[in-house]
Amino acid sequence: MTRNFAAWPIILLLTVLSLPLFVMYLFLLVDTFSNTAPGSLLPNEFTLEHWRFLIDPTITGDVWKPTLTTFLFASSMMVIVVSVSATAGYALSRLALPFRRFVLSGIMVMHAFPSVTLIIGVFLVLQFAGLYNSLTGVILVKASLMLPFGIWIMKGFYDAVPWEIEMAGVQDGASRFTVWRRIILPQVKPGLLSLALFAFIDGWSEYMLPRILAPSSDFEVLSMYLNTVSDPNSSTYNFNIFKSVGLFYTLPVLALFVLFQNRLMNIFGGGTKG
Amino acid sequence: MQISINNFTKTFDGTPVIDDMNLTIRDGEMLALLGPSGCGKSTTLFTISGIHRMDRGQLMFGDRDVSGLPSQKRNVGVVFQNYALYPHMNVFENIAFPLTVRKDNKADIDREVRAIAALTHISELLERRPGQLSGGQQQRVALARALVRKPDVLLLDEPLANLDAKLRLEMRSEIRRIQLETGITAVLVTHDQVEAMSMCDRIAIMKKGEIVQIDTPADMYSNPRTSFVAGFLGNPPISFLSGIAMENSFSVAPIKLRVPLGVHEGIADGTQLKLGVRPEHFGPEGDIAVEGKIAFAETQGRENLYDVALADGSVLRSIQPAGRNWALGEPVRWFIDSKSAFVFSNDGQRL
Repeated sequence: MTRNFAAWPIILLLTVLSLPLFVMYLFLLVDTFSNTAPGSLLPNEFTLEHWRFLIDPTITGDVWKPTLTTFLFASSMMVIVVSVSATAGYALSRLALPFRRFVLSGIMVMHAFPSVTLIIGVFLVLQFAGLYNSLTGVILVKASLMLPFGIWIMKGFYDAVPWEIEMAGVQDGASRFTVWRRIILPQVKPGLLSLALFAFIDGWSEYMLPRILAPSSDFEVLSMYLNTVSDPNSSTYNFNIFKSVGLFYTLPVLALFVLFQNRLMNIFGGGTKG
Repeated sequence: MQISINNFTKTFDGTPVIDDMNLTIRDGEMLALLGPSGCGKSTTLFTISGIHRMDRGQLMFGDRDVSGLPSQKRNVGVVFQNYALYPHMNVFENIAFPLTVRKDNKADIDREVRAIAALTHISELLERRPGQLSGGQQQRVALARALVRKPDVLLLDEPLANLDAKLRLEMRSEIRRIQLETGITAVLVTHDQVEAMSMCDRIAIMKKGEIVQIDTPADMYSNPRTSFVAGFLGNPPISFLSGIAMENSFSVAPIKLRVPLGVHEGIADGTQLKLGVRPEHFGPEGDIAVEGKIAFAETQGRENLYDVALADGSVLRSIQPAGRNWALGEPVRWFIDSKSAFVFSNDGQRL
């Protein structure tokens, strides 16, 4: 193999540029497992005490309940987004719907619309529906805000599936629904998987919506929990514990990324290679 | 099963594609719908399959009127041009799909799939995915899948278009063999006259949404009804000379060519006519002499192909066995076999 240019200057440049980020993450990791003397830069002892919040609820309050809530929040949102996008995307891609163009451009606009600006309207709707201050309400709002993106992505995946495959299925005697479920859906599986991951991660990291739409409810998601931990006025304020909780909060997202990074990239390639 | 199409009319977005077409496909016959692109042959095929609906007309499978039935209820097998195999299923699952949709029991499905795989010679490929198959093998799988539930009619949409030349020859005879062995009624859509002639019992030539002629390949070749049909069948194609009727002869005055009209006597002198001469009916032997120059020569191995330019600029094609090879530019005095030439009126109708 011949190279047109040497790789090392680029690698060096990238290293220098990403060094601050890298050091930051490194210290985040190191600090959660060690104590540093005041004024010193380097840690002087190894300790697990910052991770005690995992088993001892007296330190910052029980962490597992918010974790479970967050998990529930992210997965319900994922289920809604994936199932609605999978069906709506198919309908928009394949069926002769009335107002199809209108719906399509509507979705496009919604996708580009900053969702925060909708918050007052959303508030009114939730209030009216009696879902204000409830986990269900927040899940529904979060999911619907993600739907334009999901539907649009899934439509793209469906568009890439050849018509003939679908016609062959119909010709083989299967109903449109069976064709969709047994033939078309497997073709867009990469899209579904990456959409599911995106939805989950998006739900996992949500802070704004629960905060605004359920300010006085009895549930708490991890981002809100982290916020309480980091409150400098609280009696339990401890910067290293804050870092540990932060790391704990990030871990699932990191793990998902590492496990599925190829799949996630798929969504931008838009390719469905059977 | 006999398929009949009666008074079939179809328009797409206001443009008429098929106008009042009638066609009967006999039981167990393989019929080719042959024509240039845009002639409505695929529309006809997909109307039989149920993908397109008729605007007007009636479609009969035997005694059953299926005009209003959706594809699922028609029992039609279709082989698509790109085969349309299901990429996530292996060959066995692909072939079994129509049966699993019908909810046959497992043992029956297994037996049926293996039987049809044996017929199409893909028994050893059942575990593979479509992506691991060659074009010809994919074609066989598509055929097997279309045939497995014993359809009333098998529809083939340009089945050979995506194959390379050698495979095309092989699959041509394979499709015909399988069709004959199953005795199924089949319709083949193609724009390739060689395919149509070599595979089918009868050919329906279509032009602009109408069937121009329907006949056996041999009859259609030797007895074309219009110049369009004559020009479509035969490779190398027929060549045409323009002239007028003169004293019961076809005459091209500038080159003093006169071909007796024989049975077509009594055409008024001066009527514009066209003479169609197939390449095998023009050469060193025959009865009407024509002088010209070799304008193009192509070696095909067993035969050579020549274009002979006449003095008035018109061209006659000839196919000759290799041996005595004429060179480019060489003047020749060759002959038209007048009994085998076709006479057409100026609008293309055969006289």
